Amino acid sequence: MKTFKSIFTAALILGAAVVATTSANAAGEVEKPTRQSWSFGGPFGKFDRGQLQRGFQVYREVCAACHTLNKVAFRNLADKGGPEFSDSQIKALAAEYKIKDFDDKGEPIERDGRAADRFPKLFVNSDAAAAVHGVAPPDFSVIAKARGYSRGFPLFILDAFPGMAYQEHGVDYVAALLTGYTKPDDLNWNKYFPGHAIKMAKPLSADQVAYADGTPTTEAQYAKDVSAFLYWAAEPKMEERKRTGLNVMLFLLVFAGLMYFTKKKIWADAH
Amino acid sequence: MSGHSTYVPQSAIGRWFESRLPILGLMHGSFVSYPTPRNLNYMWTFGAMLSFMLVAQIITGIVLAMHYTPHVDFAFASVEHIMRDVNWGWFMRYAHANGASMFFIAVYMHMFRGLYYGSYKAPREVLWILGVIIFLLMMATAFMGYVLPWGQMSFWGATVITNLFSAIPLVGEAITTWLWGGYSVDNPTLNRFFSLHYLLPFMLVGIVILHVWALHVVGQNNPAGVEVKNVQRDTLAFTPYATAKDSFALVLFLIVFAWFIFYVPNYLGHADNYIEANPLVTPAHIVPEWYFLPFYAILRAIPSKLGGVVAMFGSIAVLAFLPWLDTSKVKSASFRPVYKVFFWVFVLVSIGLGYLGAMPAEGGYVIAARILTAYYFGFFLLIMPLLGMFETPKAVPATIADAVLAKRGNVVMNPAE
Repeated sequence: MKTFKSIFTAALILGAAVVATTSANAAGEVEKPTRQSWSFGGPFGKFDRGQLQRGFQVYREVCAACHTLNKVAFRNLADKGGPEFSDSQIKALAAEYKIKDFDDKGEPIERDGRAADRFPKLFVNSDAAAAVHGVAPPDFSVIAKARGYSRGFPLFILDAFPGMAYQEHGVDYVAALLTGYTKPDDLNWNKYFPGHAIKMAKPLSADQVAYADGTPTTEAQYAKDVSAFLYWAAEPKMEERKRTGLNVMLFLLVFAGLMYFTKKKIWADAH
Repeated sequence: MSGHSTYVPQSAIGRWFESRLPILGLMHGSFVSYPTPRNLNYMWTFGAMLSFMLVAQIITGIVLAMHYTPHVDFAFASVEHIMRDVNWGWFMRYAHANGASMFFIAVYMHMFRGLYYGSYKAPREVLWILGVIIFLLMMATAFMGYVLPWGQMSFWGATVITNLFSAIPLVGEAITTWLWGGYSVDNPTLNRFFSLHYLLPFMLVGIVILHVWALHVVGQNNPAGVEVKNVQRDTLAFTPYATAKDSFALVLFLIVFAWFIFYVPNYLGHADNYIEANPLVTPAHIVPEWYFLPFYAILRAIPSKLGGVVAMFGSIAVLAFLPWLDTSKVKSASFRPVYKVFFWVFVLVSIGLGYLGAMPAEGGYVIAARILTAYYFGFFLLIMPLLGMFETPKAVPATIADAVLAKRGNVVMNPAE
């Protein structure tokens, strides 16, 4: 028995050694983004409407020149659980966009946007976008879920657990990237971008977008607001999901309690 | 199914029907009066969870298929359409995607349970082999399902795995082209994967029925690993005893499932799969879903492509031979002190292989993967056959009733045989 205990210990030590060497290998890559505190993090998280509206403003005035939002419809901006712009605001916003369509004779036309339209494409396809920009700027509809980073062993395991749950890797990465241009003499160098050489030159600077609600107009604030907006764009049903989740959890916990006592009563005569 | 049924319908219509098609009696015999060993622990509740997950996956899957478009130009957008525009679409998709993971969590628990308590040993060989077939079908179904959203990991995962067949000598290239329906993973591949992803779950249902049938012929194994000798003393009726216990365990399982769906729905996925498939851009690391990682690690641990493919498929095929590789007379690891140690090391090795499968195939990772792969095969091909000959098992209780009483401590256990 003793020999097997020692085999077991040896296996554990071997495992620990593997983990130690491998995590040492992984180090020395790009710096990990800082974990921000978001209003929408955690099981009870909700979006901050003001932040989403400011974030949309930043998207529209800065990012939208190159980055599309193809999966989002104008009407979504008025949906519950989103920026919740008013219907008249959405109508006015949509009308500022030109949408390619066909008239009733089948002739191609350009008409004013409606609330039901999605944000239009800027280019016919990604090749056309790449021809202008060097690389095609990615669409922003799900970008906050399409980026991420690993916190490494063992933290990545804890990310799944109640109380420590962490789902905001992507949005933290986006916020970090936007403020990661730390070499003033090289606007295409980014601290957080893999390989550091990023095609997109530093997009944000202080006082670039005029906020109406008195929020500080700093680079970091813009980065946070637009990242929050992009997280909503990627997860527009998040508030509905978490709210439903609470009801489901309460039901299941009570149900589990009832099932426990039912099982106990049934088995009382079995042993 | 096993002839235990004493079912007599209450109503005249019931009796009329029963004498023409005894399906109610079959159900009664299988899920009501069916005798279950009275010493089963909670590791025996995963079968119920697996049945639940199969049905849940089929229902959510059918609804998703109503809104999904299997075309390279529309698949990614149609998934986002489900997430944004379909009523409760986000729930259906997150339940289906996380449901696959829950299915595998349950099946791995179920398999480790079988491995620990020797559930594959006579007379349950056919039952076990049917289980291995179910596992294989599950893996094929899950793999093809992961391709459907047509993200970067979908596309590149499909490319890597289908390319494995090109390692087969002489006919490999032809088989790969035939699988793809062309010269690369493209629209025909996506279409056939969708078709097969819809077909295989129903084949799974068929094999699961055989699995349950075989189970009900030979009866359940149990933690003591001794067969039922006296139905009165050793067993309890499936309903209400097993039904109540399985239901309680299922609700606990649902709490975990709901946690994933509602609070960490993307934890088990990969961010790159939210980038639409692009055949011209290869992701930095191509990683399969977590439940394939141990096998992926075995594949990459072998320096030759063909060798890796053989080892990967061999690592699953070897399971089918367990009933004959394990030479021990005693089933349950509770009475096998040495096997127990090797078993727990095997569990750690499997988890370790899973971790290594997610890491890049370089340096220390490869060496570690080779060591663990050697243990994986050594466990089945050397330890299991030899241990049965050299290990001295502890005294096994004579009957299940004795095992239960011994646990309560009021009767001295009789040594077996």
